[in-house]
Amino acid sequence: MKGGVRRFGKAERGLLPEGRLAGPMPWVIAIMMFLTVLAAAAGLGLAGAASRLTDQIGSRVTIQILEANPQLRARQAEAAAAAIRPLPGVTAVHPVPEAEIQALLEPWIGPGGVESDLPVPALIDVDLTAEGRAQLDRLRAAVAAAAPAARVDDNAQWLAPLASLIGALKWLAAGLVLLMVGATAATVVLAARAALDTHRSTIEILHLMGATDVQVARLFQRRIALDALFGGLVGFIIAGIVLIALADRVSALGSELLGSATIPPEGWVVLVALPAFGVLLAMLVARLTILRALGRLL
Amino acid sequence: MAAGPRSGGRRRLSTSGSIVQFENVGLRYGTGAETLSDLSFSLKEGGFYFLTGPSGAGKTSLLKLLYLALRPSRGLIRLFGEDIVTMPRSRMPGFRRRIGVVFQEFRLVSHLSAFDNVALPLRVAGVEEHDLETPVREMLSWVGLADRATARPATLSGGEQQRVAIARAVIGRPELLVADEPTGNVDPEMALRLLHLFDSLNKLGTTVIVATHDLHLLARIQRAEMLRLDRGQIADPTGALRHPPKRPEA
Repeated sequence: MKGGVRRFGKAERGLLPEGRLAGPMPWVIAIMMFLTVLAAAAGLGLAGAASRLTDQIGSRVTIQILEANPQLRARQAEAAAAAIRPLPGVTAVHPVPEAEIQALLEPWIGPGGVESDLPVPALIDVDLTAEGRAQLDRLRAAVAAAAPAARVDDNAQWLAPLASLIGALKWLAAGLVLLMVGATAATVVLAARAALDTHRSTIEILHLMGATDVQVARLFQRRIALDALFGGLVGFIIAGIVLIALADRVSALGSELLGSATIPPEGWVVLVALPAFGVLLAMLVARLTILRALGRLL
Repeated sequence: MAAGPRSGGRRRLSTSGSIVQFENVGLRYGTGAETLSDLSFSLKEGGFYFLTGPSGAGKTSLLKLLYLALRPSRGLIRLFGEDIVTMPRSRMPGFRRRIGVVFQEFRLVSHLSAFDNVALPLRVAGVEEHDLETPVREMLSWVGLADRATARPATLSGGEQQRVAIARAVIGRPELLVADEPTGNVDPEMALRLLHLFDSLNKLGTTVIVATHDLHLLARIQRAEMLRLDRGQIADPTGALRHPPKRPEA
């Protein structure tokens, strides 16, 4: 009996007793939404971090000139840079200034350490296109010919385990979101069944008066949608507060890696859409559950 | 009486003019013995019928078959000229909207006012709110409850609840009115008033079938016919519908 088009109209809201259909349901949905938003935010942040790692560092190689003689080191660095600039797939060659190298080393060897006799390799950052990455051996050969003391470090190689971990965490977050969606749907099924049992006598009366299954299902859909909206908004707001607090703590750490795990604007759109998605999911699941249960009646 | 909507209008009946036809109908709950056996009768359109018989005879089961709360285990039932035994479930709501039901235990919706209970069939039929105010008020006046429109069932007496139930059953101008012991919970005076309501409705063209134990009521409607059940079967082996006994002289 799914073809009914009649509505109860404005009176619909009064046909079932006011109040919550199943007491704990909005709060369970609030908890689910809270966890879903956190998991989705984690997934989106990690996806952003992985993307930035790949874009910014993963396509870069670093050339180290491991020469103790400063003059020779400078000459080899210059020669290596000149040798790789014309190669196809090389988009940028950036000799790292000594001041930057000092700043990098300062936390380990203290201020003034580099001015001492401690030999420090010269560094050249090279950005490559995908084509350039595919021809890394050619770059290595060019560098070896121009600077015998040079070593080419492929950033993607040492980033691979980290990228793999971030990828795994991203998929774990996606899995958690799916589990939450499933748990929310199961909660709605239980709530809808409980509501059907609670209001069975009213439903039977409506049924005997000629109400269609769709008419009856709409009554429950509306109430469950309100419960889901309430729970969804509560969960979303609390999750939002937690995310903002976490963002403050992360920025206070000053970690470049953690700081790169930011949520892009489209990610925020996804997060804001989650409560609306929760309401739609609850309505759909409630409708299907009620229609299935009513279908067993004559 | 208020003119409410009727789903699809009055449909064509069988050529015999019967609104209800039972042919060898049997009803069994689960795997037990048959509650109703070999019922064959027909009810004429516009007729007034009493269904009598001792407790446990199967009156309520027979009425449930009539108001489409049950399907028979065997046999043929034609309602409004159509076979309802094989009818797809999707068509049932349309048929149910053509039947008014008065339950013995009233079955009013406890959280709704008398007004909203009476308005329920019209809302089910999709009548707009602004179109149902007048018919519902008229119907409440007709049953003498105009001043109790906002009262919840719990605050109404048994007789008042029964009148709300009757108003609810007839607001949609049903073609068939089925009443299960409608006077069972009210005093004799109220029973007579309710019977007069059924009589008025019948005179407006509705076929009425009233299940009752009350032998005094049977004599009150002279044109009524009687169907007597005993242990799930029509007591008269010929299956004929008998006129009730004549009303005793005052």
